[in-house]
Amino acid sequence: MEPTKTIQEVEADIIENFSMFDQWLDKYEYLIELGKNLDAFPEEAKTEENLIKGCQSRVWLDAKASDGRIWFKADSDAIITKGIISLLISVYNGRTPAEILASDFSFIEKIGLRENLSPTRANGLVSMIETIRKRAAENNN
Amino acid sequence: MNVAEIRNQFPILAEKLPGGQDLVYLDNAATSQRPKRVLDKYLQLSLKTNANIHRAVHYLAAEATDQYESAREAVREFIGAASTKEIIFTSGTTASINTVAYSYGKAFVGRGDNIIVSQAEHHSNIVPWQLLAERTGAEVRALPVDDDGQLRIDLLPRLIDKNTRLVAVCHISNVLGLVNPVKEITRIAHERGVHVLIDGAQGIVHEAVAVKDIDCDFYVFSGHKMYAVPFTGVLYGKQDLLEEMPPFLGGGEMIASVSLEDGTTFAPLPGKFEAGTQNLAGTPTLIEAINTCKQFRDKEIVDYQQRLTDYVLNALQADDRITLYGVPRGNVAKVPLFSFSVKGAHHEDLALILDKMGIAVRSGQMCAEPIMDRFGVTGMVRASFAPYNTLEEAEYFIKCLDRAIKMLS
Repeated sequence: MEPTKTIQEVEADIIENFSMFDQWLDKYEYLIELGKNLDAFPEEAKTEENLIKGCQSRVWLDAKASDGRIWFKADSDAIITKGIISLLISVYNGRTPAEILASDFSFIEKIGLRENLSPTRANGLVSMIETIRKRAAENNN
Repeated sequence: MNVAEIRNQFPILAEKLPGGQDLVYLDNAATSQRPKRVLDKYLQLSLKTNANIHRAVHYLAAEATDQYESAREAVREFIGAASTKEIIFTSGTTASINTVAYSYGKAFVGRGDNIIVSQAEHHSNIVPWQLLAERTGAEVRALPVDDDGQLRIDLLPRLIDKNTRLVAVCHISNVLGLVNPVKEITRIAHERGVHVLIDGAQGIVHEAVAVKDIDCDFYVFSGHKMYAVPFTGVLYGKQDLLEEMPPFLGGGEMIASVSLEDGTTFAPLPGKFEAGTQNLAGTPTLIEAINTCKQFRDKEIVDYQQRLTDYVLNALQADDRITLYGVPRGNVAKVPLFSFSVKGAHHEDLALILDKMGIAVRSGQMCAEPIMDRFGVTGMVRASFAPYNTLEEAEYFIKCLDRAIKMLS
């Protein structure tokens, strides 16, 4: 289903949700909940091709383009990463390539999860964002 | 000497984290913190006696050379080597092993030969041998560990054959934290005419190393895990072997004479293996790092660390949600380095939550994929303690770990 809100509107909602947490503990508990509730990832899509391997968590990302929009499904073996994946999907799923490329992914930083995205964390999340952008660029005509 | 006095020597331990918590640093097996005396030494050398060594006749060069060579003597004495000719300075354990893999390989390893490593090696004690095997057509074999993480040295005599040249094993695995019977391993290998390299990156930190007693042919370690600054490392090798090995890197002070017509002859040991400008201000910090290590052999400190080790070991083993890798048994000792996994909780999640509680642990594959595969996991969490860690920190870690597991399950 095509998203009804713009990327900016969804990001603003997320930032507002997170502003309610003044404790990191609540924030992480919320992410863990999001992670647990993420739509199931089809087992057959857990291919080597879709696997983003990190020293820490593994991330699977399946991206399909149809009707000028890109549809993402993703999964991780780590639950906090999965929670962040859930946020990314809620923002970017079903967007046009142009919308994705115009976005700067800065909401992650605004909700205080920048440290989870640091390349030094060597997790699949950084690569996931790169892959989302790459898929958007490939389908941007 | 008590733990509070030790902590005062390490300035970073007084720092607060951005969240306002005290730093609980349990990633010592990755790199240790550095005491003030090491940092002062580095600064003094940079401020007062910076010059390139072994080259010029001026005052500063002589002073810098003295400091550098004093470090060599300090290391020789610390590990009980016969001569300073046997002490080669490198940038660290990885560089030391690569030097041996290249130079020893050139002199002693050919097609059809084999090198034996253990299943519990750091990648730095695997990949250089694989590269050597690729270059020469040799083979790398692995000595397995059992379910407790103990080396199956009973299998070593069968693994060694007439084509085995070298056994390269760790003194203490960076994942398992068990003290391997390196003297026994060396005896088994030597009886069969096979050389031995011991990766002492973790061993030098926790054990009193006497290379003549172990009788190993090479013992290698890094300064940065034993309180010296990074990019300091040691390659100990028996003199007769080092003499037979060709140089690894060329250039700088490793030559005796260079001629475009007649070729180059090389400097005597240890210079032959020290090409290029050395770590002028860094290497001499090994002197103060060694003094720190010696200080930590104080009985009160050793007893305290043993209490801490016993406490963490018991707490982790008593928790049936936790699987500990590297279980002490018989006379195989465990150092305060604990790798574990938790059923239903991912290592990255545990490390992220512990980080938020102010606790620095390592998580992931720890540069040792083969041992991860051996235990069928994609990663582990590792808490590694130093003598400046307190029992209170250990208790806080166990409490926070429990909380993190509950959050995730």
